[in-house]
Amino acid sequence: MPGAIWVLGETTATGMAKISGEIATLARALGAASGREVVGLVADADPSATATSLAAFVPEVLALAVPAATGHAVVPAIAPAVAALVERESPAYLLVGATPDGRDLAGTLSALLGWGVLTNATGITWADDGPLVEMSAFGGRLLTTSAFTAERGIVTVRPGAVDGAPLAAPGAVRTVSVTATVELPQVAITGREDAAATAAPIEEARVIVAGGRGVGGPDGFGLVRDLADALGGAVGATRAAVDSGWIPYSQQIGQTGKIVKPALYLALGISGAIQHKVGMQTASTIVAINRDPDAPIGEFADMYVIGDLFEVGPAIVAELRARAG
Amino acid sequence: MRIVVLAKPVPDATGQERLGPDGRLDRTTTAAVVNGNDEYALEAALKLVEASPDGGEVTILAMAPANGPETLRKALAMGATRGVLVTDPALAGSCVVSTVRVLAAALRGLTYDLVLAGADTSDGGGGVVGAGVAALLGLPYLSYAARVEPADGRVRVHRITATGYDIVDAPLPALVVATQALGEPRYPSLKGIMAARSKEIVTQSVADLDLGGAEVGGAVASTRLVDSHPPAARAATRVVRGPAVEAAREVVGFLVERRLI
Ligand SMILES: Cc1cc2nc3c(=O)[nH]c(=O)nc-3n(C[C@H](O)[C@H](O)[C@H](O)COP(=O)(O)OP(=O)(O)OC[C@H]3O[C@@H](n4cnc5c(N)ncnc54)[C@H](O)[C@@H]3O)c2cc1C
Ligand SMILES: Nc1ncnc2c1ncn2[C@@H]1O[C@H](COP(=O)(O)O)[C@@H](O)[C@H]1O
Repeated sequence: MPGAIWVLGETTATGMAKISGEIATLARALGAASGREVVGLVADADPSATATSLAAFVPEVLALAVPAATGHAVVPAIAPAVAALVERESPAYLLVGATPDGRDLAGTLSALLGWGVLTNATGITWADDGPLVEMSAFGGRLLTTSAFTAERGIVTVRPGAVDGAPLAAPGAVRTVSVTATVELPQVAITGREDAAATAAPIEEARVIVAGGRGVGGPDGFGLVRDLADALGGAVGATRAAVDSGWIPYSQQIGQTGKIVKPALYLALGISGAIQHKVGMQTASTIVAINRDPDAPIGEFADMYVIGDLFEVGPAIVAELRARAG
Repeated sequence: MRIVVLAKPVPDATGQERLGPDGRLDRTTTAAVVNGNDEYALEAALKLVEASPDGGEVTILAMAPANGPETLRKALAMGATRGVLVTDPALAGSCVVSTVRVLAAALRGLTYDLVLAGADTSDGGGGVVGAGVAALLGLPYLSYAARVEPADGRVRVHRITATGYDIVDAPLPALVVATQALGEPRYPSLKGIMAARSKEIVTQSVADLDLGGAEVGGAVASTRLVDSHPPAARAATRVVRGPAVEAAREVVGFLVERRLI
């Protein structure tokens, strides 16, 4: 029996991460193409809730309770147990979300198991008896396809690679336990701080209205917010706007911020620098408002409005409100 | 405070990257710069040493092709004390597993209280190397730091989460992943640029490393590139000019057409 494809489920403050359903759906397609089994794994202090959520997407989910994860950073707590389970059950491929915790887990497991990692997959297909992993490199100027040289590997998958589609009938959750063979130093969580102004999260938003340096200041973000409200979207920003202190870092899109894939990306006063582009270029529709006829964003936007955002922006809000009645 | 910063020379993002006949990036002809995210780590390291009552030193550690020293000079000009460059023809085409093993082996030969890595590399890295190095060395791993506060043999980090920060704490030595939230990297001063010319860059080959028998290099790569090509061009851009009210109508019409509202 060839090694299974495992989907590593992730827990957030509000339940299972959306990306876990997406990678589970992707894994099912790979399972169908390869004839391999697809199994979910949730390892956490108390894995049961996320395991149940993940079972909506895969026929079988392993729930591994790791008591050490209580009050500690999750990845150093669960990685030794997950590695031991992988060694015992010998799956061939592990799919993880390309989220902060997912990256930490992939890197740690790669070192513990000696397995290769392909990162930030935008798609995976099956060919020549192995996964072919699609990634975008150099700010999207190059698309690459890579494979593993042995029949095992870890893939981190970007949000939005596929839409999550639940099974017609949910799968089963099986509780498992394992004795870890290595130890990692544990990292205690001694406190939590909420960010001053937590805006709506951008990773999962269908519509993002983003502001850049051209917005001119914190007041300019009032206009960005108005547009986001009128479109039912979240507010994003460039690093220039974040560095100026106009909006929190949590909203930054790009190489050092978040990678997003909304249906609509409306950019106000954003030049479209390569480090910003990498974070938003896969948006289905990009509309940019910029007074510079030659800003780089004009080269990859679907609609490019040459004009002053302080005139065009309010006019769009008015037009949307008029339509809404 | 002795800090090692893991810094990768990467192709200049504004340059035109060239691929070799094997489809891999030709790292010998592409101008290299220090990975932008690693500059945040370096800046944080320099600030920590400057703030430390008993001073300290910052070592830059890179695994890179033989033209790496030129790239490391800029990091030295920013204020790092010395560079360590692991370079070996056998390392061309290395995968993540090899990179992690090599960096961990090089760190075994250095003395440090803290290792800082960047959040990811701009040339296709997926932000996994730091975690791997920490796991191999058995170092506490504290990622996505917005604040790093060492005190009394421990380090406290504000780790960025979806809703704010987790405050995490571990004994030193530890490996911390830096982010942009730690602050803008400084520009090298003229004095720094002059001083960098005479700073030491130690070059090591695979044979100099204590790999504990682990195999590394392109020959044992766990991943391989199958194909690379430029993306399909997006459909032509619709350019809108003219008075704001008309432009706004056109935008809204476009959104309706695309069923976005
Ligand atoms: C290592 C590294 C990592 C980085 N990571 C990121 C990242 O994650 N995210 C990111 O965004 N950037 C990142 N950057 C920065 C990036 O290079 C750019 O500097 C940044 O994206 C520029 O932001 P901007 O478009 O808001 O500003 P600018 O480039 O200054 O563009 C402002 C635009 O607004 C337009 N404008 C001004 N006024 C008006 C008006 N009234 N009406 C209409 N248009 C107007 C101007 O024509 C201009 O095109 C990174 C850089 C480095 C080196
Ligand atoms: N070849 C390398 N030399 C030095 N540091 C590296 C190298 N590759 C990765 N790193 C470090 O690991 C971090 C994450 O890299 P990556 O996993 O490739 O995205 C980088 O920001 C660097 O700090």
